[in-house]
Amino acid sequence: MRRRIPIIITFVVGTALILAMFIPHAPFSSLDENLSVYFDIIAVFAFILGGGNLIRVHLVKIQRKKVDWPYSIVCIAGFLFMLIIGFFKVGGPPGLRGDFLAEGSWFRFMFEAVFNPLQATMFSLLAFFVASAAYRAFRAKTKEATILLISAFIILVGRTPIGHYFTFWLPKQLEFLHIPTLANWIMGWPNTAGQRAIMIGIALGVIATSLRIILGIERPYLGAEK
Amino acid sequence: MLHMERACLHLGRASLFCGALILVFSVGFLSTVMAQEETFEKPLVSEQTPAPPGVPEVHDTPYDAGGSITIGWTLSADDGGGKNIVTGYDILRSTSIDGEYQVVSSVTMGVNRYVDTSAQDHTTYYYRIRALAGDFFIDSPPSAAVHSSQQWYNVERSNLLVIAAILSFFIIFYITRAKKGKKLFIRRIAGLEAVDEAVGRATAMGKSILYVPGIQDLDDVQTVAGITILGSLAEMIAKYDTKLDVPVSRSMVLAAARETVKQAYLSAGRPDAYSDEIVHYVTDEQFGYVAFLDGTMVRNKPAACFYLGSFFAESLILAETGNSIGAIQVAGTAQPAQLPFFVAACDYTLIGEELFAASAYLSKEPRALGSLKGADAGKVLASLAIGFGVIFETLRVLTGSPAMAKVSDFIIRLFSLRF
Repeated sequence: MRRRIPIIITFVVGTALILAMFIPHAPFSSLDENLSVYFDIIAVFAFILGGGNLIRVHLVKIQRKKVDWPYSIVCIAGFLFMLIIGFFKVGGPPGLRGDFLAEGSWFRFMFEAVFNPLQATMFSLLAFFVASAAYRAFRAKTKEATILLISAFIILVGRTPIGHYFTFWLPKQLEFLHIPTLANWIMGWPNTAGQRAIMIGIALGVIATSLRIILGIERPYLGAEK
Repeated sequence: MLHMERACLHLGRASLFCGALILVFSVGFLSTVMAQEETFEKPLVSEQTPAPPGVPEVHDTPYDAGGSITIGWTLSADDGGGKNIVTGYDILRSTSIDGEYQVVSSVTMGVNRYVDTSAQDHTTYYYRIRALAGDFFIDSPPSAAVHSSQQWYNVERSNLLVIAAILSFFIIFYITRAKKGKKLFIRRIAGLEAVDEAVGRATAMGKSILYVPGIQDLDDVQTVAGITILGSLAEMIAKYDTKLDVPVSRSMVLAAARETVKQAYLSAGRPDAYSDEIVHYVTDEQFGYVAFLDGTMVRNKPAACFYLGSFFAESLILAETGNSIGAIQVAGTAQPAQLPFFVAACDYTLIGEELFAASAYLSKEPRALGSLKGADAGKVLASLAIGFGVIFETLRVLTGSPAMAKVSDFIIRLFSLRF
């Protein structure tokens, strides 16, 4: 029964949401929206679970002096510091209605001066990783990699002004070989066709997975029961 | 004395009468002045008054949840033509044909349609359209009576219902067949065949396995697929007695992944090897999570990294870091924009649908495999529809035949979704 009840709830809610796609009448019309709100409410409570887990894992690490345990002190200190200045709105307008992200608040300062630059630093790594991944992917070792290399070269050059200057002199009969035209053709036809094929596969996969969940064949929310 | 009293009474009445007369004249005079002032502000008829719009055509907006009325009208002759002085339209509404009309909304010139979403269901309304030209305006005649109501079925989505019903039929049909013991052929998926190799390698090297179930929450079907695959993988890892590390970025995923891994260790007969530390929460923040994962990879150097779920910009950062430490990497996502990055940097990539097939493939559970066959039947149908669509559209272009155009349009309509 402990497992059957969640499966029944999943079946009823899943079926109702499918029906809601075709029934605009209340209560089906707002079912999706309302259930999303319920999900958000549960997710808010789950934050406590996540935060608690974070503190527990790092406290254990400090207590047992595991590898790199001093970093755990930084992690817990940062977590508690942000929690306190956000909760008590330090430096910001007082009272329950005061915005914790208001101008002059410590939370806002930490967010803008520490958190955002750190995020940007991680994101900027992408530029270097794109270069290294492209170098590896475009090495013309096989027939497929060679095609990929040529296509990438045409698109890269075709998307820059220099691509125009390379082939602008071509006569009208050979205009289709103009690099920006070729780049547009690759993006508009083979690339779109490939993307759409993947999207159709994904849509069918989502339908099959959803049905498996609704019918109780797959139930990761209950653990992988055998 | 009596005469005196009567005289006073008459005088009083006369004064009252005169007072009333003065009051009436004053009110009349004031109203005339005010009316003149109003006329001065917005004269009703003048050379600068535009031609009126046509009688509004109104109807209850179809296939909706009620509270909505669609209004259409013919533009004023002075909108875009004639005197070309119309600057916009006010939409006026009243509950009686001769009653007071209130402005519900305004639209700019050239617009001849408005959807009033502030209507109360089952209340009768009349609409007028007011053409505006600077300080001048003119109203259209009133519309017919109309009221909004909710509908029980969205006819415009019938095609979707039919397609969903056919697909569901195939999936359930193959699930039933599989349950009866019919053997189903499922093609080999290289990325999933490599799972054994990756786990074996980690065991041989005495290193850990890193599993990342994406950065989205449990309401994303890709995360659900990722957690389901984790179940099969964790069972295998438990049997090999290898170390598993599952950092997650969502609290709900933490709860689901923990239950899944716990059950997998139980199923493998190794409950003693399970620890709550295997699945742990890091942060909801995308790049904070990436920083943690990159740091973990560089410090712990796991032998195998699995990225199965929903990924965005972090896909390449993770895959390149994993590549730099020489780990076997298996990735899978249904985010088409991230697939090239995984293909470039990982050893194996589950492309789109393969991610959703993975759990069934790994578990070998007949009912789950049956659903894969059902999805394959859907692919056959989609391929046929695309094939026929291409043929008829080509014939339409080549021959210009109206019959071909009809068939081609029908196929397009059949697969067009209206939301």
